[in-house]
Amino acid sequence: MTAFSAIHEEHESNQEEFTPGVEPQPTWCPGCGDFAVLKALKGAMPAVGRSPEEVLLVTGIGCSGKLSSYFESYGYHSIHGRSLPIARAAKLANPGLEVVAAGGDGDGYGIGGNHFMHTARENHDMTYIVFNNEIFGLTKGQTSPTSPKGHKSKTQPSGSAKDPVRPLTLSLASGASYVARTAATNPRQAQEILVEAIEHDGFAHIDFLTQCPTWNKDAKEYVPYTDIQQSDEYDFDVTDRREAADMMYEAETKLHEGEVLTGRFYQDSDRPSYGQEKRSTGEMPQEPLAERYYDEDVEWERAADELIARHT
Amino acid sequence: MTQGGLKWRVSGGSGDGIDSTSQNFAKALMRAGLHVFTHRHYPSRIRGGHTYVEVRAQSTEVRSRGDGFNFLLALGDSFARNPDDEAYYGDEKLKPLYEHFDDLNEGGIIVYDTGVISEEEAQAVGLDEHAEENNWHVYPIDLRSIAREYGRDVMRNTAGVGVTAALVGIDTSYFEELIQEVMPGEMAEANIKTLQAAYEHAQELDQGHDIEVPEGEHDGEQALMSGSDAIAYASLDAGCRFISGYPMTPWTSAFTVMSQHLPNFGGISEQVEDEIAAAALALGASHAGVKSMSGSSGGGFALMSEPLGLAEMTETPVVLLEAMRAGPSTGMPTKSEQADLEFVLYTSQGDSCRVVFAPGNIQEAYEQTRQAFEYAYDYHLPAIIVYDQKLGGEMRNVPVDFFDREPDPDPGAVLTEDELAEAAHDAAGKFKRYAHDAEDGVNPRSVPGQKGGRFLATGNESMEVGHIAESPENRVIQMDRRMEKLDVIRADLDEGDSSNQTYHGPADAEYGILTWGSQQDTVFEAVDRLEARGSDVKALGVSDLMPYPEDEVRSFLESVEECLVVEMNATAQFRGLTQKELGQFGPRMTSLLKYDGEPFEPGEIVDGFEATIEDQEHPGGNMKIVPAAGD
Repeated sequence: MTAFSAIHEEHESNQEEFTPGVEPQPTWCPGCGDFAVLKALKGAMPAVGRSPEEVLLVTGIGCSGKLSSYFESYGYHSIHGRSLPIARAAKLANPGLEVVAAGGDGDGYGIGGNHFMHTARENHDMTYIVFNNEIFGLTKGQTSPTSPKGHKSKTQPSGSAKDPVRPLTLSLASGASYVARTAATNPRQAQEILVEAIEHDGFAHIDFLTQCPTWNKDAKEYVPYTDIQQSDEYDFDVTDRREAADMMYEAETKLHEGEVLTGRFYQDSDRPSYGQEKRSTGEMPQEPLAERYYDEDVEWERAADELIARHT
Repeated sequence: MTQGGLKWRVSGGSGDGIDSTSQNFAKALMRAGLHVFTHRHYPSRIRGGHTYVEVRAQSTEVRSRGDGFNFLLALGDSFARNPDDEAYYGDEKLKPLYEHFDDLNEGGIIVYDTGVISEEEAQAVGLDEHAEENNWHVYPIDLRSIAREYGRDVMRNTAGVGVTAALVGIDTSYFEELIQEVMPGEMAEANIKTLQAAYEHAQELDQGHDIEVPEGEHDGEQALMSGSDAIAYASLDAGCRFISGYPMTPWTSAFTVMSQHLPNFGGISEQVEDEIAAAALALGASHAGVKSMSGSSGGGFALMSEPLGLAEMTETPVVLLEAMRAGPSTGMPTKSEQADLEFVLYTSQGDSCRVVFAPGNIQEAYEQTRQAFEYAYDYHLPAIIVYDQKLGGEMRNVPVDFFDREPDPDPGAVLTEDELAEAAHDAAGKFKRYAHDAEDGVNPRSVPGQKGGRFLATGNESMEVGHIAESPENRVIQMDRRMEKLDVIRADLDEGDSSNQTYHGPADAEYGILTWGSQQDTVFEAVDRLEARGSDVKALGVSDLMPYPEDEVRSFLESVEECLVVEMNATAQFRGLTQKELGQFGPRMTSLLKYDGEPFEPGEIVDGFEATIEDQEHPGGNMKIVPAAGD
């Protein structure tokens, strides 16, 4: 009998189960794009057959970090930029968990950029949602890593002299095996993409455009948007790195020209996840490591038996 | 035989096999029945650069490297890049010879490889004058040619060991046995031939010296172990199956041992992008139910400050290692210092709520690492082992019996699903992981994947189920609850039969020496010498740094007239901590400090004691005295 009976239990869940039964209600501003992420995630989890107690949602700091407060599951509201290393280790420790990490664009592409690059590179089997509103919201409107060049704020009074980060391109170059962009204004697509991302066996990165009606009025509401899979204008192979890279470059460039291109940009379903790689080299146990501590039948190795002889 | 047994120093360049040679040498002497102790000195370089290891061997327990040494095997630096003795860093090839002139004891032996250092070159750096002045016995021998004739050039270290064996009377069979164990057939054969040829060559030489390896016998089988080994093995025995890290000297040693063995122990090791990630991964794995650890040295540990604070606030158990080296900043990467004490106690924002142990020797490193896991997982807080290049790198013989322990797979204060069903939840079914009312401040936790256990862990102050909360009432209750754990742990540590503080010398002695961490056994050796010459002195080596052992240190200080506080830093950090914790004894404590990168030798502590407590001359060397308050 497993010590973690919530995992992979036959279960029909619904959106309501992922909604906290009592306070807190979201403190996001009216019209905030963050509500759409919450709704899409609540819709996606029942669709993939997961129940709240087999989900670990690890968030960073900022408005986006509060997602774990408003989503009913095991949650870890961590520190700025560090959700990914916490999340990926939890997945290694117990691969049965459905692990989702989430944070803002400053969190993921700025302060946590190194972790983003390496988690993508290692291709951990998890989902990473970046709330991209091109601004620092909770600290009241400073320029962020994705703010367009020339963006004026209290900390960049003459307009930012920096080109913004290209998150999709960065993700692809780093090694993510599923890369998509969706927008709060397109809830149906958002939920579909989240379902695909969660089901994807590898690192799935979603750049989620979440308008900030309070601090980033310039970005409007990311409308009108184009779904690149639906549009006749864009024809590319989502499994081809080079074609994906071109499509990403175009989407990133056009965002600042007022055209919002969303959809799936890259998917590699053949690449083994990090857990699979590590198990194949014998550097990770076949059974979930966490189970070991709660199973009385396990024989625990002793240093005295295995190692002391080499010192005598 | 000379008084201190054999203190053999082998010197060469990085890459000349100094480390492996010395390890085999120490192991052979251990197998021959002697007690051994090694001290490493190496530069932060891959090839070239002066490096040496000392092996001290005697028939009784060895507590420290001793004072100086009495046998130098100078191989010369075969990777030397700089042939100019006027250069900033001197003539590298000859450093393994001339840099040892200051510390070689009167009547000592020098063997040097004329295959690398010519006799003219040795004369040019003043070997003859020094030898005459100090009555040294010098043996210029072409070790390289012997090695070339029977094996290959690189086996000149083996030739040096053969010469050593002949000069001081060691049975070469111990070396031959080891060579066969660690090398493949042909290479072993060539090494053994080289060893024997060198041995025979040296037997023909004039044996005018009086240094001889003593005879000894062990009660039981011994293991040659470093502090880093002991920490790693203790972690494995404590049930730790996850480590994450980033390489940094000297922490890398423990990380390497863990990484090599964890897969065979069913665990996982992760080398990651930086130390912030390293500590954060350990938290993630621990949160998911696995006993986990991470660690680094000063600069890398600085990056861990953030996750360390997160562990305190979310009450996520974790064990961290901090292998100190000389700072600030990059400092001296391969040199010892104890200057990270305050850093380890207080780094990260907010009030500290962590356990910190500084083991005094290799056995204590094992014991206290196991305790660190127990406290971390029973009380849900970070526990830190702070040690240094000295303790991590030095090797000693430890009875094999010592390691005959049971493993500890207990995940600590965790509820089962059945217990969770009975536990307190809020109206929506969220588990009160951070309930206000908790015995000893600890709420047994749930683990993700368990039914009935969902909660929110957060770095914010939180209410009982984990939601962010900023009310003053809740804040005070939660802070007090978390901090209570330290009081309970202190009481638990004080209750046990054994203490982590180690006493040495007569209980009623008039004077005291107080030290912490890795200097402990060197201080004890100094105390024995002081006693032997009539001083009335005892010592206390402190390991518990947080929660601080107030009662024990207060009793010790109350029992002495005056106390010397010995530590390796420039600002007397441990003395400061002691005054802060006890709120008294300022006028009773004088500091003896050292921060030149080299650990104290027992003789230096003897000198320091005489200069301060006994009001004699100022000690020589690189030591500094900070007088007691009011003096």
